[in-house]
Amino acid sequence: MSASIDLHEPAVGPTFTGISGTRKAKNGLATVLVTLAFLIAVIPLVWVLYTVISQGLIVVLRPGWWTQSLNGLLGRQIGGGAYHAIYGTLAQGLIAGIIATPLGIMVAIYLVEYGAKTRLARATTFMVDILTGVPSIVAALFIYAVWIAIFGLDRSAFAVSLALVLLMVPVVVRSSEEMLRIVPDDLREASYALGVPKWKTIMRVVIPTALSGMLTGVALALARIMGETAPVLILVAYAPFINFNIFDGNMASLPLMMAVERSNPTQAGADRIWGAAITLILIITVFQLIAAVLSRVTAPKTK
Amino acid sequence: MTDRPVTGGPADTEPGVERGFPATATVPEGDVLMPDPGTEPDPAPPETAGATFTQRGDRIFRGLATGSGVFIVALIGAVGVFLLIQAIPSVLADKDNFLLGRNFDTGDPANLRFGILDLLLVTVEVSVFALIIAMPIGLGIALFLTQYAPRRLAKPFGYLVDLLAAVPSIIFGLWGILVLAPVIEPFAQWLQAHLGWIPVFAPGNSGIAGATVFTAGIVLAVMILPIITSITREVFERTPRTLIEAALALGATKWEVVQTTVLPFGRSGYVSASMLGLGRALGETIALTVILAGVQSAFSGSLFDGGATFASKIALAFAELNNNLSAGAYIAAGLVLFVLTFAVNAFARALVARSGAKA
Repeated sequence: MSASIDLHEPAVGPTFTGISGTRKAKNGLATVLVTLAFLIAVIPLVWVLYTVISQGLIVVLRPGWWTQSLNGLLGRQIGGGAYHAIYGTLAQGLIAGIIATPLGIMVAIYLVEYGAKTRLARATTFMVDILTGVPSIVAALFIYAVWIAIFGLDRSAFAVSLALVLLMVPVVVRSSEEMLRIVPDDLREASYALGVPKWKTIMRVVIPTALSGMLTGVALALARIMGETAPVLILVAYAPFINFNIFDGNMASLPLMMAVERSNPTQAGADRIWGAAITLILIITVFQLIAAVLSRVTAPKTK
Repeated sequence: MTDRPVTGGPADTEPGVERGFPATATVPEGDVLMPDPGTEPDPAPPETAGATFTQRGDRIFRGLATGSGVFIVALIGAVGVFLLIQAIPSVLADKDNFLLGRNFDTGDPANLRFGILDLLLVTVEVSVFALIIAMPIGLGIALFLTQYAPRRLAKPFGYLVDLLAAVPSIIFGLWGILVLAPVIEPFAQWLQAHLGWIPVFAPGNSGIAGATVFTAGIVLAVMILPIITSITREVFERTPRTLIEAALALGATKWEVVQTTVLPFGRSGYVSASMLGLGRALGETIALTVILAGVQSAFSGSLFDGGATFASKIALAFAELNNNLSAGAYIAAGLVLFVLTFAVNAFARALVARSGAKA
């Protein structure tokens, strides 16, 4: 009997040997650690959002939060709203957007359509990268040095917008550049073949094709700069009332309102801080949603 | 505005004949990842008579585009120059040693005494501490999202991490000091009590519980996490499929695949992503302004000290400044910060470019 069993044994060992215990353990450990790392990152996100919502939701649901300012209210008086700060945030951001968008798009056009491999183009690309990393406080100091110290102008919301332009331009350049690059050359050539000059080709063919992606980039950039606090802290003073004038006087904005109310130890102060926080997050979310919708509705025609 | 760039085609263009022949030849389009400046059409059309309108239109447009490029280059130069112009008088009037002084007294413009040593030390310590926390976690997340997470979930999960970057930093700051600090305070106390003999964990001088470099570093780590993750992820995703499959064919476990293919391939990308995160941490302003307590005593190097970074010092004091000489002192500090972040970012970008060339 035993002889027949021998016959059934394979002449050579199995091709695939099992994985040793240590290798299995290492693999399992790595999987656990990597998953854990992800969970660790989610904790602060959820925690921050929970804090903001649990503290701020009641405040923004009060009547008047969206339609009143804090004009005439004492620090400890509950009530009023963030209307003035919402206006400030939107106005400063949009003015910055109006300046930064054409500038950024022109830079991207230069890089993609004209620059080729010239040294200037390479220098520009490098400087855009550097500009991405410039701390917001340095951008604010630069505007202060030029606008206030040298030109002798007053602090104003417009100065804030200028500082925000510095922060927004690199984001717009990056996204526009990517979008322009994926416009197929066939389109350009077809246009050239019809005798259309280069600038008209860019304006009428290249930009419309890339437009949706570029707008998405602009919306995302706007969402990013509206949360910036350093420029508003340095370049404009807080006002608890509404001020429509961009060029003159104090103006509130949501981040500035939070920074100022930090020194208000009362419950009303805490309400205003968290109310402003949730309002700011809502505004940023709206702009990100706009970006998402823009990119989906007008998806790249090249795919 | 120099509208005379070095490219081939001059600005004069006609509604002429063969435009665009040389345009495509080189590289196929759609290569979004690596900006390859070789793709654009740049035809040099033969000059024909007439059509001056087109000529002018093209020249203006090219001038505008090139001018914008020049403007960006000039802008960075201008930032450095104008900060320098404002900083020099104050640094010359400084009665203390600018580099080695430890106090920052700018109340009296006639008697400025300021030095950046403490600011530099706090800035570097808080940033490095944040980096030490964020680097391994960022690596883990990047690996999880590119190699481990189920395909269908990888994208929404990645979006979740990116969402961290969308939260304004002042909200992180307020959360850090009001919510997080009380929670981690017992742990901080424990560290000081049991590991206090290590200088970094020595009992600190911060008068307010939680308003320390320790808390600030943890919050900062959360804030730079998305930066590290997003770039690292991009590089990891570019690991050649063939390498991964070869490792799998040799019988490697998942972790061994990562170890032998993904990590070596993406190492320089990961390092440069971390450097970019460091650059962000060095310049972070408002979160640190909110968290760190101002202290009078010098920085001892302990994680449980208060203090101020370059950015938070500037942000705290600047709103009240009204004379150029005092402001110049802070601008000088800002200039040092600018140079610091410039160096870190330039180094990181050079690394990214190298890792990209390899890919």
